Amino acid sequence: MEETVAHKLSPKDFKSDQEVRWCPGCGDHAILNAIHKALAELDYNREDYAFVSGIGCSSRFPYYMNTYGFHGIHGRASAIATGTKVANPRLSVWQITGDGDALAIGGNHFIHAVRRNVDINIVLFNNEIYGLTKGQYSPTSKMGAVTKTSPFGTVENPFHPGELVIGAQGKFFARSIDTNIQLSQEIFVEAARSEGTSVIEILQNCVIFNDKTHAEITDKAHKDDRQIILKHGEPMIFGKNRDKGLVLDGLKLKVVKIGEGGITEKDILVHNATENNPGIHLMLANMRYPNYPVALGVIRNVTAPTYERAVEAQIQKVKKTSALKCLDDLLHSGNTWEV
Amino acid sequence: MATKREVIEREEVVIRFSGDSGDGMQLTGTLFSDSAALFGNDLVTFPDYPSEIRAPHGTVGGVSGFQVHLGHTEIRTPGDYADVLVAMNPAALKANARWLKPGATVILDSDSFDEKGLGKAGYTIDPIEEEKLNDYNIIRVPITTLTRQALDGLGLDMKSVLRSKNMFALGMVYWLFARPLDHTIKYFENKFKKRPLVVEANRRVLQAGYNYAETIEALTPTYMVSPAEIPKGTYRNINGNVATAWGFIAAAEKAGLQLFIGSYPITPATGILEELSLRKEFGVKSFQAEDEIAGICTALGASFAGSLAVTSTSGPGLALKSEAIGLAVMTELPIVIVDVQRGGPSTGLPTKTEQADLMQALYGRNGECPVVVIAASTPSNCFHYAFQAAKIALEHMTPVLLMSDGFLANGSEPWRIPSSKDLPSIKPPIVKEGHENFQPYARDPESLARLWAIPGTKGLEHRIGGLEKDALKGSVSHDPLNHEKMVRTREEKVQRVANYIPKQEIEGDQTGDLLVIGWGGTYGHLITAVNEMRKEGYRVGLMHLHYIKPLPENIETLLGRFKKKVVCELNLGQMAGYLRMKFQDHHYHQVNKVQGLPFTVVELIEAFSKILNED
Repeated sequence: MEETVAHKLSPKDFKSDQEVRWCPGCGDHAILNAIHKALAELDYNREDYAFVSGIGCSSRFPYYMNTYGFHGIHGRASAIATGTKVANPRLSVWQITGDGDALAIGGNHFIHAVRRNVDINIVLFNNEIYGLTKGQYSPTSKMGAVTKTSPFGTVENPFHPGELVIGAQGKFFARSIDTNIQLSQEIFVEAARSEGTSVIEILQNCVIFNDKTHAEITDKAHKDDRQIILKHGEPMIFGKNRDKGLVLDGLKLKVVKIGEGGITEKDILVHNATENNPGIHLMLANMRYPNYPVALGVIRNVTAPTYERAVEAQIQKVKKTSALKCLDDLLHSGNTWEV
Repeated sequence: MATKREVIEREEVVIRFSGDSGDGMQLTGTLFSDSAALFGNDLVTFPDYPSEIRAPHGTVGGVSGFQVHLGHTEIRTPGDYADVLVAMNPAALKANARWLKPGATVILDSDSFDEKGLGKAGYTIDPIEEEKLNDYNIIRVPITTLTRQALDGLGLDMKSVLRSKNMFALGMVYWLFARPLDHTIKYFENKFKKRPLVVEANRRVLQAGYNYAETIEALTPTYMVSPAEIPKGTYRNINGNVATAWGFIAAAEKAGLQLFIGSYPITPATGILEELSLRKEFGVKSFQAEDEIAGICTALGASFAGSLAVTSTSGPGLALKSEAIGLAVMTELPIVIVDVQRGGPSTGLPTKTEQADLMQALYGRNGECPVVVIAASTPSNCFHYAFQAAKIALEHMTPVLLMSDGFLANGSEPWRIPSSKDLPSIKPPIVKEGHENFQPYARDPESLARLWAIPGTKGLEHRIGGLEKDALKGSVSHDPLNHEKMVRTREEKVQRVANYIPKQEIEGDQTGDLLVIGWGGTYGHLITAVNEMRKEGYRVGLMHLHYIKPLPENIETLLGRFKKKVVCELNLGQMAGYLRMKFQDHHYHQVNKVQGLPFTVVELIEAFSKILNED
């Protein structure tokens, strides 16, 4: 971020010469579009971006970016991205991943990247299905989901990415919907500017193998009543008529109607994304239809020291105090004798 | 007074310190070795410890040993059989009795040879009787009691008192070899600067042991091992893991790159990660990963970002890293993977040595997946081969597998310290801003190394990955002919490394009756056996391989110079199989051992003699 940009970049500067090969109607196209726009808004030079991915439909993403890119192996993108960022903290490192890549085969690397708070931006395309292998259930598929490998319905509980991120001491968690390019773009910019691991879950639609999996909250007729877009410092109000809100009722969140039962706008909770205590953030991240609206926007954005900076600081400190200045010093350190 | 001391001059001597894994035998052995090295002896050490940190007290499974072989002549192995054994308990005697030279001196802590101790070790009759050691020089010393007496009135708690009894044994051994105590006392003074009581306790017990040995007559004669005649220079002791770590630091300095190690702790490779974690003053970024896969993947990410990237592991970890090694082959990024081999398969024998990962290193991946394979052969030359591994990885844009083993990793020997200015330069094919018509998979016509464009370099943005690459642009390609071209190019690139490595040499006879072929940590035993055979008039040479893939180009010529060939390895014949595949016109005998132990010189000589005497 400290670098100065020679000229303002536009979204098309980030488009690579590769033909985009996602299915027509796939939600990935809109996410790619939002990233192109977000990068144009940021302060990095194009050569300072590195896009890293694992395996899956989403992981083809780096090929479509005119930046440095590394298409890795299944599940390991968090580890590759971590190595890249730790090796060169000046880079803006993005990991593009899916629900299978990040939360099944790559679950271990994912939680540890979050725990370490390496400054990478993880964009998690969540379509609740394995698309590239043509339709098996994923760790985020809803209980009972009927897929090719669960013809009688799954019998396992899904992961909720937000819950997992907060459980792994995550500092930044946001959620958007593939079709809401404007919101995704805003979130990407905020994620890039926030130091530490930022996880952005995008509710993405797989038109072929899991079409309309998010439809009950994304369809135009109901979305205003079934989504709440959180903004830091603003009351948590939603609904077509902006007349619904969230309050704290004992230890739980509760949906109330403004104007009913003496509730006024002043009673509505104000979103504080920077609160260190994750309690409310966890409840917000876990809200699910039909009991609650699904929370979108930046749910949590807390400042904390990053891994790669701590590594650099330690090196600088030891360099100052160590008596060993060059290789020959090292080789001659400790007990030596002349023959 | 030692006026009447009978002194026996010896060319070489083997001492083994042995006790319960909590008895401090590794420290005792190390201190003795350091003193011997400072005295000017050549030496090789070999620690041998159980995989349990504290196995049940007093049992054979919990015995920890440290063997040191020192000499007036050049020493290549830690020695097969011991001249002196220190056994702190009956289990230590039980574990080591079969490794004694006839008539050896055995120092026992008689306090621990009580009914309970004997029972735990599984002795039913007198252990000396049972082990048939009646003709040996058995010295029973109540070490525990004498240590307690030496520390009487110092105000130490019983636990600390018992902890210093290893110093009593060490003191006795110092007397036996007429060595000064200063170095060891200095060690404690430095180590426990703020705890003078501990320094004093260790000093007193050490001195008490020394005095005791002088007083009793049983210990005469003493051994005199004069300093060795070794090349002039500045020396230090070094073990294989530290030498490996330093080799990488040296390579990073020569290449002008940051060193990054991504690793997960695993016996016996952990020492490399530990040593590099200590070396922050050299800008080393050490990353203890969440697992083996993350170890190599973070390293690969760092390589992508322009670092000299290293990951260290042992056999089970190498298995986990296979897929990522394939990614490194496909993306043609430089990385060094160190495999410190241990007994396998599966968890196997974590603390014991073996050479059974060779096929895994050469072929243990999906697809045609060539990597350079190099093996170190002594603790100190781990430095050289780590340096070479890094140089080849960086200059040829390829993963390199560096093979070490538990014997090299933990064993130590004196090392003549090289000077940084004498090390060769390392020139990775890094592309700079302004490079015209950059193509990520454009190659050097000689080495076939692709260009290395590092993120942050303006105008060279490109994408790499695990899907098959177009031969020039590096974009994804499913074209059948392009795939074949790339498979062949990757193999050819690795084969061409043969143009940049030294020719294979033979030690001993250059032509003759038997060519001994080895690789890795067996070198010391093999060369010692070959030299012994030559002394007896046999015409024998040793071809010890360090560059395994690709092999040096003159191997076949050398094979033709000997009537018989024998491949010696601590596995069931993996190198023999590899050579049979590469050079089919030759017949290869085999000597194999899979006991988690090094060869002994005696068994090698026996095997070679048998092969030579066959028709």
